[in-house]
Amino acid sequence: MLPLKEKDKPIARKLLTAGCCARCVLRFCCVSTQASYRQPLQAPKYMETISRANNAAVIETHEDPPNKRPKLDRSVTLPQSEGDASTSANVVPISKGETSCVCPVCLGVLQELCGVIQAKKVCGTIKSEDYQFDTLVLSVSLPAQLCVREVIGSLLTFREKGLALDKDDVIQVKEAFKWVMQNLLLKELSGVAVVTKSTFEVGVEFNHPDTDADCHFLAAACPDCFKPTKNKQSVFTRMAVIKALEKIPDATFLRQYPCPPAQPTRCCYLPDIQCLHLSVFIAGRYNKFCRSLPQTPWLIDGERRMESSVEELIAEHVLSAFRAAGFNFSSSGREDVDVRTLGTGRPFAMELLNPHRSRFSRAEMKQLQETINKSSEKIRVRDLQIVSREAMSRMKEGEEDKSKSYTALVWTHKSIQEEDLAFIHNIKDLVVDQKTPLRVLHRRALAVRPRVIHSMSTRFLDSHHFYLELKTQAGTYIKEFVHGDFGRTKPNMCQLLNSDTDILELDVEVRKMCIVFFGSI
Amino acid sequence: MEQVEQKDVEEKAPSVIDRYYTRWYRADMKDKPCEDHCILQHSNRICVVTLAETHPILQEGRTIQTINYQISNACSRLNNKVSGKSKRGGQFLTEFAPLCRITCTDKTEYTIYSCIRGRLLEVNENILETPNLLLEKPSTDGYIAVILPKFEESKSITEKLLSREQFESVVSKRSPAPSQPS
Repeated sequence: MLPLKEKDKPIARKLLTAGCCARCVLRFCCVSTQASYRQPLQAPKYMETISRANNAAVIETHEDPPNKRPKLDRSVTLPQSEGDASTSANVVPISKGETSCVCPVCLGVLQELCGVIQAKKVCGTIKSEDYQFDTLVLSVSLPAQLCVREVIGSLLTFREKGLALDKDDVIQVKEAFKWVMQNLLLKELSGVAVVTKSTFEVGVEFNHPDTDADCHFLAAACPDCFKPTKNKQSVFTRMAVIKALEKIPDATFLRQYPCPPAQPTRCCYLPDIQCLHLSVFIAGRYNKFCRSLPQTPWLIDGERRMESSVEELIAEHVLSAFRAAGFNFSSSGREDVDVRTLGTGRPFAMELLNPHRSRFSRAEMKQLQETINKSSEKIRVRDLQIVSREAMSRMKEGEEDKSKSYTALVWTHKSIQEEDLAFIHNIKDLVVDQKTPLRVLHRRALAVRPRVIHSMSTRFLDSHHFYLELKTQAGTYIKEFVHGDFGRTKPNMCQLLNSDTDILELDVEVRKMCIVFFGSI
Repeated sequence: MEQVEQKDVEEKAPSVIDRYYTRWYRADMKDKPCEDHCILQHSNRICVVTLAETHPILQEGRTIQTINYQISNACSRLNNKVSGKSKRGGQFLTEFAPLCRITCTDKTEYTIYSCIRGRLLEVNENILETPNLLLEKPSTDGYIAVILPKFEESKSITEKLLSREQFESVVSKRSPAPSQPS
């Protein structure tokens, strides 16, 4: 039943004697027809021949050229294992009446673990997680000891007989597994294409704790390949193991590791199936109308200092609509807790992590925006839309170049009249030198930053109050310009008015400027 | 009318200090009578060293002749340089570390002390140019220095200092001096 040539015969015999499965035999015979692997292992015909023959491995050869789909009318027998019939007690239930011996090279990955039962299990998980997707990519992670056992396979076959078969022609376990499993998944999930690149990834990670110690002899043989890790994770990563196996001479290998290896009693097991959808990015503009709302959560020593935050008010509804696990918030600049954000609003972007839903129409996005706006009077969102990953990194772009408009409510110690403020209107491009304000000095470096106040205008209120409107360079500390910050911002409003002044309220007006990466709905 | 209005203003005048700082006092620093210091502690733990209203420099209409940040041959507070977010390089001060020496025109000399442990971030160079700032606005523009206490010590540094109420009660118990503190 195997599409093997005459020259493959000794290889197959050797592998089968060692207890390898049919698919591993195909791999080492460099059979690259995917269909050959997809034939079920436990077909009834196989079973008959297993019970009939005993220890002899009988292989019939087939003369077909490799590319033609082989006729599977021959049978192959697998030798009985010495011990009891192995049971994979961990996860995969074995159908009755099967003698299963776990392949010592693939540790069962190419046996029951890529069968219909397993495929149904994977599909079950995918369906229960309820993701929205058109295509999926299957990502497979195999334990490092499979690399070691693959070398055994090579040693059993090529290296001993000096056969000139190129190592690169041997089909990798991962590849063969995917050939089988992807096909089965296609059948279970109608309408979904299993591809090599997709926004939705299904990850299967196989473990085999029984043989984790297989790699340990490599540490003694090639100590420089294994760097101690900072975390508690094992130092025997796939990369390190592969590197060591390339270095170690065959003779040393054979001394340390039994060839053929002992038959494992259990196959690999699959702790769980991980579904991951690529992040989706949304962007928009927000207004903040509340003077007691921070942009991001305000926590000190794990204790919340102020209720809620701009990002949380937005994220709450976005996360539930996209059914995402988490988010990263980024905005073009920020404002203090007690400052309102007026005008067209401050641009922001959010990365939504592992969203179960990723497609939204414009109408649906508008609906989501409405939901956010209805839910709170403290903020308002506009131009909410799905954008590319680039938008996130471009958010900070040009922050330095922008100019900002502010309105401050100023208190004066000295009694003033409207005429006293007239000179302010004539001040153009005033350069102020601002030492790092004391209120942020604990987290910023001490420096003097020159900033330009392009223009100002005033609205008289009463003898001790007026509104001051400013257009300034980005990064200007307005509060410190008004009250002087112990004289560390020069010149400041106190000096200009020759009176102690203080700032009672501040609003920032963010205008729609040259941001081109996303438009308005 | 103007006067009443002005008084109202005084009473409910907003102030940056009231909003963000706590006032702590060290009375009779180094046992020198009335040499009171006021430490303004910001909610972010940064401290500003200032003269308390009761300090002799601010009394009896004194004028300042010199302010000297060179406290020894080897050390000038003007040479203090901090770099980076962690403010590396700042001179580390203990409570009794002198910050500067002030000489008045009537030949009286006073040393201003740190009063708290911490890293010196900056000294006020504006008062070198304009010593009057110290007399007119001792609590704001006329500050002496900015100090950053160690994170672990930010709460404990105030243990040795007096709160506003405690300070006021200390002051009220003093024998009447020629000019009363305002």
